[in-house]
Amino acid sequence: MTSNDARRRRVLATGLGLMTVLLLGAGLAAGSEGWSLPALWRTWNDGDALGIVAAIRAPRTLGAWLTGALLGLSGAVAQGLFRNPLADPYLLGSASGASLAVVLVLAASTLGGHAISFATADALARFGLVGAAFVGALLGVMLTLTLARGAQQTTRLLLAGVVVGVVLAALSDLVTSAAPDALRGKQAFMLGSTGFLGWISCAILAAGLVVALPPSWRLARALDALTLGDDTAASLGLPLLQVRVALVGVIALATGVAVSQAGLIAFVGLAAPHLVRRFAPAAHGFSVVASAAAGGVLLLLADVLARVLIAPDEVPVGVLTALLGGSYLIWLLRRGRTP
Amino acid sequence: MTALRVEGVDVTLGSTHALRAVTLDVGAGWTAIVGPNGAGKSTLLRVMAGLLPPDRGRVVLDGTPLTALSSGERATRLAWLAQQGEATGELTVREVVRLGRLARQGLFGAPSAEDEARVEQVMADAECLAWQERRLHELSGGERQRVFLARAIAVDAPLLLLDEPTTHLDPPHQILLAHLLRRQVDSGVTVVSVLHDLSLALLADHLVIVDRGRLCASGSSRDSTLHRVLIEVFGGAIRVERFEQRWIVIPHIDG
Repeated sequence: MTSNDARRRRVLATGLGLMTVLLLGAGLAAGSEGWSLPALWRTWNDGDALGIVAAIRAPRTLGAWLTGALLGLSGAVAQGLFRNPLADPYLLGSASGASLAVVLVLAASTLGGHAISFATADALARFGLVGAAFVGALLGVMLTLTLARGAQQTTRLLLAGVVVGVVLAALSDLVTSAAPDALRGKQAFMLGSTGFLGWISCAILAAGLVVALPPSWRLARALDALTLGDDTAASLGLPLLQVRVALVGVIALATGVAVSQAGLIAFVGLAAPHLVRRFAPAAHGFSVVASAAAGGVLLLLADVLARVLIAPDEVPVGVLTALLGGSYLIWLLRRGRTP
Repeated sequence: MTALRVEGVDVTLGSTHALRAVTLDVGAGWTAIVGPNGAGKSTLLRVMAGLLPPDRGRVVLDGTPLTALSSGERATRLAWLAQQGEATGELTVREVVRLGRLARQGLFGAPSAEDEARVEQVMADAECLAWQERRLHELSGGERQRVFLARAIAVDAPLLLLDEPTTHLDPPHQILLAHLLRRQVDSGVTVVSVLHDLSLALLADHLVIVDRGRLCASGSSRDSTLHRVLIEVFGGAIRVERFEQRWIVIPHIDG
């Protein structure tokens, strides 16, 4: 590592840490009337206001960071595993698989005529959605890999991902046309929202991160070895099948947990690893962890903006990340740096 | 001293019989595998490395079938260099060479001071120490090839399998490679390399000639009978001549 590389990594790590602290503060201060630090200060002396901050803004803010971290982590692992800088959870079928599974659960919940939404789902339903989203994400990735006959052919992989996304979205539409009461919950899910994240969601998201981050970091050297090609990695003693299964499991877990709590939030998984590589290119040991932190910062920033841009109304955070992430990719393309 | 035996190996790739009933013993020293394009040289090396399971036959390393070794055991006993090394990602030269120590450290281990010293030594030997901090994608093809070579040597395996190690190398670095391989052999390492450069191949101790998936001949690289087989498999398009106490191959343009 050169001193310049080390300096850039230190700057990025410090910047991400500072931005996390600042945005956590901004997230606590941002309410339906816009955001105000003096107002936040006053809530310390106001029991009711403090209750709102503790029950609504604090878990939403922390949950946004955790969701972004899971998406950034899964994006970094996917791009490393598939040696494909365009790989993100959404292009590999995990998000569309998770979406279909969540819609199936929502539809099943409405069969008795009692529609549930993300806002009213109780803890049991949440755990059911997490399980369904995880299984759906895993099946979506497996379906994509099966259609692509592995993960080595970039074009085939992307085409398979697109096909799986379209087919699963169509199935999802079919389910909601048969069970229209699930449509509202599905719409909230598809737009992506941090507005319903409570402390239970935070606990689930934190558990997902605690489970997904260590194996990703521990397998970072396997991701490094894979950059040299499958045969070279195998000649270095890497058990390729087991490593792939573990890393696909990490992607499915991280994506499944994130989308089950916050719906489809676009581009964070794609943009966070790119931003990290751009500011501080490094081996996977650093970039996987930094991408998680960058994903957290990106989604927290989007969440704060979503709350204050048209206050007292809100922009769906998934729409904002799609606009910001899409603009970033267009900017990269215009600069001639194909991501 | 490492001994590798290939026993009756058949390999079919798609509809092509890439290898047919190949039996070969590789002993101490430097063995060069040569033959025309598409002869099955790289396929044979991949089978020797345990990277391509044969349809029939087996590979035995020091009395143990390769399939009986775990991936970790195999990785410490043989090192392999790909024909066209890939260079995605953001790894620096040093980080790539350090990956050569992976099998010794284990996937979850950390490089020791001894590992770092060895990495530095092989980078110096392969003349890539000066730009150890540069990223792989910033290097030319020849520079990258030297890094991959250093990575393979850093494994410190008793058997070194190299597929076209001279790819992208200029003449001075081809000479450097020959010296490096000779030093490896002198220190007890068995080297097997697929080579297109036939003059370089004749610097090896043993020659294995492959054509259309079959083993045509093998023996000492100084054996004139073998030289005649070599000329034959290349359709008479080459000549093998003696020049300054060594054998060289030149194109037989008027042949």
